[in-house]
Amino acid sequence: MDFSLGDDRRMMADSLSRYFADTLGWEARQAAAESEAGFSRDMWAGLAELGVLGMLFGEEAGGYGGSAFDAGAVFAEVGKALATGPFLATLLAGNILEAAGEADLLGEVIAGSKILTFADDPAMDANGVVTDPVKAVKEGDAWRLTGAKGVVDYLGSADLIVVTAETSDGWASFLVEADAKGVKRRAYPLVDGGAAGELSLEGASARLLVSGEDAISKARALGLVATVWEAVAIMEVLRDATIEYLGTRKQFGVPIGAFQALKHRMTSVALEIEQARSAAINAAAYFAKDPRTRDRYGSAAKYTAGKVGALTAEEAIQMHGGIGMSWEMPLSHFAKRLVMLDHVLGDEDAHMARYLKLASAA
Amino acid sequence: MREFLNEKLPKRLSDKVRHGQRLTKADMEEWHAILNERGWLAPHWPVEWGGTDWSVVQRFIFETETAMAHAPRVVPFGVSMLGPVLIKFGTEEQKKHWLPRILDGSDWWCQGYSEPGAGSDLASLKTSAVREGDHYVINGQKTWTTLAQCANKIFCLVRTSKEGKKQEGISFLLVDMDTPGVEVRPIKLLDGDHEVNEVWFSDVKVPVENLVGEENKGWTCAKYLLSYERTNIAGVGASMAAFERLKEVARTTRRNGSALAEDPLFAARMAEVEIDLENMRTTNLRVLDSVGRGQTPMAESSMLKIRGTEIRQKITALMRRAAGRYAQPFLDEALEGGFNGEPVGPGWAAPVASQYFNNRKLSIFGGSNEVQREIIGKSMMGL
Repeated sequence: MDFSLGDDRRMMADSLSRYFADTLGWEARQAAAESEAGFSRDMWAGLAELGVLGMLFGEEAGGYGGSAFDAGAVFAEVGKALATGPFLATLLAGNILEAAGEADLLGEVIAGSKILTFADDPAMDANGVVTDPVKAVKEGDAWRLTGAKGVVDYLGSADLIVVTAETSDGWASFLVEADAKGVKRRAYPLVDGGAAGELSLEGASARLLVSGEDAISKARALGLVATVWEAVAIMEVLRDATIEYLGTRKQFGVPIGAFQALKHRMTSVALEIEQARSAAINAAAYFAKDPRTRDRYGSAAKYTAGKVGALTAEEAIQMHGGIGMSWEMPLSHFAKRLVMLDHVLGDEDAHMARYLKLASAA
Repeated sequence: MREFLNEKLPKRLSDKVRHGQRLTKADMEEWHAILNERGWLAPHWPVEWGGTDWSVVQRFIFETETAMAHAPRVVPFGVSMLGPVLIKFGTEEQKKHWLPRILDGSDWWCQGYSEPGAGSDLASLKTSAVREGDHYVINGQKTWTTLAQCANKIFCLVRTSKEGKKQEGISFLLVDMDTPGVEVRPIKLLDGDHEVNEVWFSDVKVPVENLVGEENKGWTCAKYLLSYERTNIAGVGASMAAFERLKEVARTTRRNGSALAEDPLFAARMAEVEIDLENMRTTNLRVLDSVGRGQTPMAESSMLKIRGTEIRQKITALMRRAAGRYAQPFLDEALEGGFNGEPVGPGWAAPVASQYFNNRKLSIFGGSNEVQREIIGKSMMGL
C-alpha cells in the first residue's frame, strides 16, 4: 500500500491549505460560519477559481480527480481549516450528477456558478418518527416529487438539489431546482457553525438522474471517506493544540503534561488518532473494490472516527480545563465540529450495526 | 414533599427545566422564594438559622424528589457554599447579618476562587488583599465565575501573605460587587451561552469585618467546602430525572423502523448508564449512612463527584446520539421558555447538543475530576 498522497494530489492539497490560510483566518472563519448562509460565497468562488472542486470529480465529468484519496485530501484540508460550506453536499450530489453523465451541469458546479446540495436523510416529525418520505411519481415525461427531507446541508443557499426518492420501481435520484414551484425550504444555523434546512416538496417538478440505489450507495460511501478524513484532520488539530497546552500550562510549578496521569491519557488519545488515520486510509484504499468490501471499510472507518472523535474532543476540552470550553478558543469549535461529524451520514452505532450486518452476510 | 412539589412548583418552571430551556434570574429567585416560604431552601442548615432537622438521608430524598419533579436547581453559591462556611467559621454577627439575606434573596452570591493562573492548583492564587486600616484593598482577577452577572456579592479567596506555604497566606473575604473597582466581564462558552465571567478587582476596598475566619486561614474554609457539604455532589436526582427523559425519548424515537430503545447497541448503552446510576445511588446512600454515624467523608465525596459527573455526561451524550442528525440544527428561540413555534425535527432535540457541550464543565468545575482523583489518592494511599 502506498501511504503517500502522490505528488499531484499533494500539490493541490498544499495550494488548498495555503488558500485557506490566506483567506480563511480564524476571524474570517467565524464570521462565515455564523453568517446567514453559513459560509463565505467569496471563499467558494475562490476555491472554484483555484480548481479545487474539480479534484472531487473524474475527467469525463470535467474534473481531474474523483478518487477516494482525492476526496480525502480535500476534506483533510477542510477539516484543518474548519471551513464551513457545501463541501460534502457538492461531493455527494456531484457524484450523482457524475453517474448521470451530467457533465455540463457539473461543470457549472465546479466553476462555482451553481450551488448544489444533496437531500437524502428523511425528515423526522416532532416525536422523532420519520415522516412523509419523498415519493416520485411519473406524469407523462415529467416526474413530480412529494415528501420531506431533513437537515439538508446549506439548503438556503442551494440553486440545485439532488433528491433521493422512492419510485414504484425502487429508489432513484432526481434533480430539483431550488426555486421551483412546490419547493419549500426552512433554513437554520447549525450548532457547530454553517447552515442547513428542512426541505418539503409538494408535487415539485423533477428530472430523473439515475435509477436504482447503487449510485446513491456509492455517493454515500464516498461521503463516508470524506467525512472520516475531515474528522481525522480535526483530531490532529486538537491533538497538537492539547500537546502544546500540556507543555506550556503550568500548575504546581510544572507543565501539566509532566503529570503522568495526563501524559498517559494524552498518549492514549494520540494512539487512537493513529488508528483512526489508518481507518481513513483503509476506507479510501478499499473504496474501488466491490460494494460489500467498500462498505465494510467505510463503516469500520466511520465507527472508528465516531468513537475516537468523541474521545479526542472530550479529552482536549478536559485537559484544557475551562479555557477549552470558551467560545474565544478555536479549540472548542474544532471539538464541536468533530463531535457533530459523528451525526453526519450515520453515527458510530449505526456503522457498527452495518459492519456486523455486512460481516454476517459474508 | 411530593405534595408540596405538586402544589407549589410552577409548571412554567418545571417545563423549562424538563425541556432544557434557559432559566432567567427571576425564575431562579422565584423558586428560591417558594422553597424559603416552606423553610426548605437550606435544609442542611441548623434549625436556628432557618434550616431543618432532617437527617442526611431525608435531605437526599428531598434533593432527589425535587430533581425528579424537574424543579430548578437551587443556586448553590449562597445556600450550599457560603452558608455552611459562615455557620462553621463566621462570627455571630456575620451569621446574623448574612444568613437571613441568603434565604430571603437579598443577596445573590457568586464564588471568586479560580484565577487564570490558578485552576487545579488553586492555592497558587494571586489576587491580593492588603490590610490598610479598617479595610482590605483587593487587586487581581478571578475567572470562570458562574452567574456573576446575577450576583450582588462575591466571596473570594485572596492572598494576604506571601510568607510560608502558599496555602497559609490565603484569606476568605466577602465583597460587595457594587464596590468601586469591581468589574464583571462576560465569557461566552462554546454553546454560545453567557454563564461564566471574569471578575476584575482594582483597588477594591473591603471592610475588615468581611473577613471570614482568621486572616491567612481561608484555605481551611475552602477545604471545608470541598469535603463536608458534598454528600449530594453526585446529583443522583438530576441524573435520575435526565435518565427518565432519555428513556421516554428512546421509546418514542424510531430508528430504522423500530423504537430506539429496541436498538441493541443503543439499548446496551442505556443499560450501562442505568446500572451505573443504580450502583451510584447505593454508594451515595452508604456514604450518607456513614455521615449519619458521625464520620467525615473525604475520598467518598470525591468519588461521588467523579462518578456523578461522568454519569450526567453520559446521559447527555446519549440524548445527542438519540437525536441523530437532528442534534445539529441550532434553534436559539427553542431554548427560551414558552417556545411554541414549529420544532425542527423532534421537539426534544433542540437543546441536546448544547447541553452535551455545556456539560463538559461538570468534570472541570468544583474541583476538576483530576483534582478529585488526587484527593482520593492522598486520602486512601497517602500518596
